[in-house]
Amino acid sequence: MSDAETLFRLSGLNAAYAAAIDADRLEEWPNFFTEQCLYKVTSADNHAKGYPAGIIFADSQAMLRDRVQSLRIANIYERQRYRHIVGMPVLCGEPGASETAFVIVRTMRDGKMELFAAGVYLDKTVTGSDGALRFAERLVVCDSGRFDTLVAIPL
Amino acid sequence: MDQSVRDLSSGVWPAGLTRVPYWVYQDQHVAKAEQTKVFEGPTWNYLCLDIDVPNIGDYRTSFMGAMPVVVARAEDGVVVAFENRCVHRGALICLDDGGSVKDFHCVYHAWRYDLRGNLKSVAFRHGVNGKGGMDDSFKLEDHRPRAVRITVLHGLVFGTLSDDAPDIETYIGPEITARLRRVMHKKVEIIGRFTQALPNNWKLYMENVRDTYHASLLHLFFTTFRITRLSSGGGVLVGENGVAHASATMGAPPAADKNYEGIRSDNDGFRLADPTMLDSQDEFHDGIQLQILSVFPGFVLQQIHNAIAVRQVVPTGVETMDLNWTYLGYADDTPELRAMRLKQANLVGPAGFVSMEDGAVGGFVQRGVASASDVLSVVEMGGATADTADNRATEASVRGFWKAYRGVMGL
Repeated sequence: MSDAETLFRLSGLNAAYAAAIDADRLEEWPNFFTEQCLYKVTSADNHAKGYPAGIIFADSQAMLRDRVQSLRIANIYERQRYRHIVGMPVLCGEPGASETAFVIVRTMRDGKMELFAAGVYLDKTVTGSDGALRFAERLVVCDSGRFDTLVAIPL
Repeated sequence: MDQSVRDLSSGVWPAGLTRVPYWVYQDQHVAKAEQTKVFEGPTWNYLCLDIDVPNIGDYRTSFMGAMPVVVARAEDGVVVAFENRCVHRGALICLDDGGSVKDFHCVYHAWRYDLRGNLKSVAFRHGVNGKGGMDDSFKLEDHRPRAVRITVLHGLVFGTLSDDAPDIETYIGPEITARLRRVMHKKVEIIGRFTQALPNNWKLYMENVRDTYHASLLHLFFTTFRITRLSSGGGVLVGENGVAHASATMGAPPAADKNYEGIRSDNDGFRLADPTMLDSQDEFHDGIQLQILSVFPGFVLQQIHNAIAVRQVVPTGVETMDLNWTYLGYADDTPELRAMRLKQANLVGPAGFVSMEDGAVGGFVQRGVASASDVLSVVEMGGATADTADNRATEASVRGFWKAYRGVMGL
């Protein structure tokens, strides 16, 4: 596959990922990952220092489903939504590795709107037997390590 | 009443520990008095870990309330600290979270300090070509940022500006010091560091930390997965002076637990698709599955199964605060145990299944009481005292917070 085709497919994957979260189709969100995967939300500083913990850490698609289910029926938080703006993916040389910048604006129930997170997705993607491109690894490396009290919806 | 002339001691606050007026979370003058009497008073403030400054010349910046502080490892290997403020024009001496230096230079006019914060030189002190410069009467030793008295307790660095603060073990008390040592009993490693910005006065968060009554009612995760219930064993230790507390959950709740019937947080329909998130090891061998410990004013040590963290409370305004989380593992963790800590960390922090709710609920109170400054909240579960209790259906530890607070504030 040419780099141009790869970039095209990655851009499509990123756009679909963002659209699913922003439209509150969170049940679709785990499907963008492989069964065994790594999804971690961390900060640039933690990433640079090699600290392994994240504010969200999931090593299976099932853990991502649990997070969605928890948000739907368990957790207490105020109604809110995101708008992702994702950049053009950059291929990292290593096969399947790419990175993509993102910005997320959050709008709260009362209309308060804020720049909620900015950073880079460090991704490893694979093509499944069904031909679909999925994340085997998505590290959400936020530029800031200071988070609003409530990171409910996945980034 | 004009807030600007409010006499703090004339605010409506009945004697005793069961009523708290809402103005205490809202008043700029209260916040100002807290800086002097609480954070710069005879209290011990958690600043950082001693492993943050392992070698001579290592430093880390921190806070005592609003006051910026530099913690450093001095030439003789001792941990020292001083106010992060140049004595010349008041600029921060250290700008970064931490680093390693030979000495400290203020960037503004290059005044130089040693690792203990002693002023060592003033740029162009004698001027240029015999002109300008400082008067000969200027003595370096007459000027230094405020020195912070430091104590290191089981790897935790605490600081105070007061000579009146008792030694730290007396301050915390022997029973709760033992509970602190229980967690900090061997070499720790930092596995993550995050800040959670909370939309509430810092005291609302500290009350939440000490509130053993709420945990299984607010947090569905705790109750449904039987991590902690009021019907489990355990209790809460409250120091005599109210300064420190340690709550513990021990043993399992009754198999058929009817205590939570009809309460939102007991949701039998909720099952995890990947229950490995709750896999844990009994690494303390004393039956305590969950321990939350706090030291007045703003330190929290958490052990939820194998998820260990220290939390530092830093007020950033009357109605805002930062909660600085340092997630810990032990240096001798097996890979399996370390992996468990990373998964269990999903419970805590800004995206934690449990902590996100604690982060939000303080804001609900702050907004709820916006027009209720002179109304009193009710803190009466389990009686009127701030004594150690063998159960957690009590607000004894919250009353302990106010005991310590009112004592030091003179309110």
